[in-house]
Amino acid sequence: MRYRAPTERFATFKEYMIRLVQGRVRHAEFMAVNHISLDIYPGEVFGVIGQNGAGKSTLLKVAARVLPPTEGRVVIKGWTAALLELGAGFHPELTGRENIFLNGAILGFTQKEMAALFDQVVDFSELGEFIEAPMRTYSSGMWTRLGFAVATVQRPDILLIDEVLGVGDEAFQKKSFRRIQEFSEKGTTILFVSHSMDAVATMCQRAAWLDHGVLKFLGEPKDVINAYRASFQNGN
Amino acid sequence: MIENRHTQVYDSAKRAPRPIEELRQVFRYRYLIAQLLRRDVMTRYKRSVLGIAWTMINPLGTMLVLSIAFSQVFKFVEGYSAFVLSGLMAWNFFSQASTAAIINLVWGGGLLKRVYIPRTAFALAAIGTGLVNLGFSLIPLVVVLLINRIPIGWAFLFLPVPVLLMAMFSLGVGLLISSFAIYYPDVAEMYQIILTAWMYLTPVIYPAEVMPEFARNLVQILNPMYWMVELFRAPIYLGQIPGWSAIWPSLLVCTLTLVIGWWVFCTRSDEMAYRI
Repeated sequence: MRYRAPTERFATFKEYMIRLVQGRVRHAEFMAVNHISLDIYPGEVFGVIGQNGAGKSTLLKVAARVLPPTEGRVVIKGWTAALLELGAGFHPELTGRENIFLNGAILGFTQKEMAALFDQVVDFSELGEFIEAPMRTYSSGMWTRLGFAVATVQRPDILLIDEVLGVGDEAFQKKSFRRIQEFSEKGTTILFVSHSMDAVATMCQRAAWLDHGVLKFLGEPKDVINAYRASFQNGN
Repeated sequence: MIENRHTQVYDSAKRAPRPIEELRQVFRYRYLIAQLLRRDVMTRYKRSVLGIAWTMINPLGTMLVLSIAFSQVFKFVEGYSAFVLSGLMAWNFFSQASTAAIINLVWGGGLLKRVYIPRTAFALAAIGTGLVNLGFSLIPLVVVLLINRIPIGWAFLFLPVPVLLMAMFSLGVGLLISSFAIYYPDVAEMYQIILTAWMYLTPVIYPAEVMPEFARNLVQILNPMYWMVELFRAPIYLGQIPGWSAIWPSLLVCTLTLVIGWWVFCTRSDEMAYRI
């Protein structure tokens, strides 16, 4: 997965043209995820750890079809749901109800399917009558609660999670955690990116440690975490 | 529907060429496009008192201003207000739909980085919104025609043809400009300036006959909107159905614009996710 990033960010086309004429446009290419070969088996919970900028989120985005790989290949079998950034597709002027349908459509549901699942979403998000109010009146907690409720309305075959378990208050965190666990018990494959070693150690069957886009260690969560921690102590 | 989702396989190496893949995805996500369209129509006027009525008041107001300003200048144009309103409707559709296609995508850029959706979805929804607004503005048009005692005849049934052509053209232009606007937001600003100039080179507020012969010939060749405004206006204002000879050049230009816009946008759309 190669990113093409300008060494400077040009805000405007005018500026870009000026620089182009001056011959000062340079692109630095860097590999956010580089030569990683991974098999994730059906039904397993797979954790990914690593420092900031290690390529964890990029890996998830490649799996979520957001980024087509520049090189290499991704094969995904089954319906995939992503908990990347919750409520990204909500529109503040629309009511919760309208946004549920809009976000449902973004996830690939039809109007009819969403209508059938609607009550369940509202129940889970605990929004009650606020569902008829425009989303701009929502608190950030309500916003993410609804985002989570919509994104997990149906058990997917594959669930991609990017550090979003810390949403809402404690009660809601527990509730969302339970839902994810339920999915896992019913056979959902989970790819889980986290900074929380505890979460990875308790939830995952296998884990991988990424460092600057390279796969450093793959195996039992315990061993991976130990290897990752050891790298700090060596002053790396 | 939900069942066949589970057999879904995504293989990044086995993809059709981007522009064709995009068509397939647009069909698969047709409900999303319908939802985006709904959102556009509803949010635009949601916090205003008159609501959807603005889609009708807006062209009427402009028509009124232009009629006051120019009806003396173009005295020889019978029923000038009907003339100018029919031209304005065509022009506004094009300028608003193509602008919205660009703006929506710049807005949706953040979304494109987070979830997978067909990248043309925003532009398609923008064109759809434009069509809905155009539909609403037919109501004041009928009123103005009645006031000017211009008969509403069978020729009205021809209107879907120029509307479809303009929709194709707007989508093509919108996608083409979006391909650049996504990197540089000021391209969208530049487009607004171009639009203003473009409008004055199109017979919207003046009849084509007032242009000097050479200028008219030049504009006819270079400005596809010239033909489309005329095609849209003829059945309304003149009650005539334009002949095939007036249609085919537009059909050719619109198809070409759409194909080129679609192709350029789709082939560049992968890179969009990396660079937005």
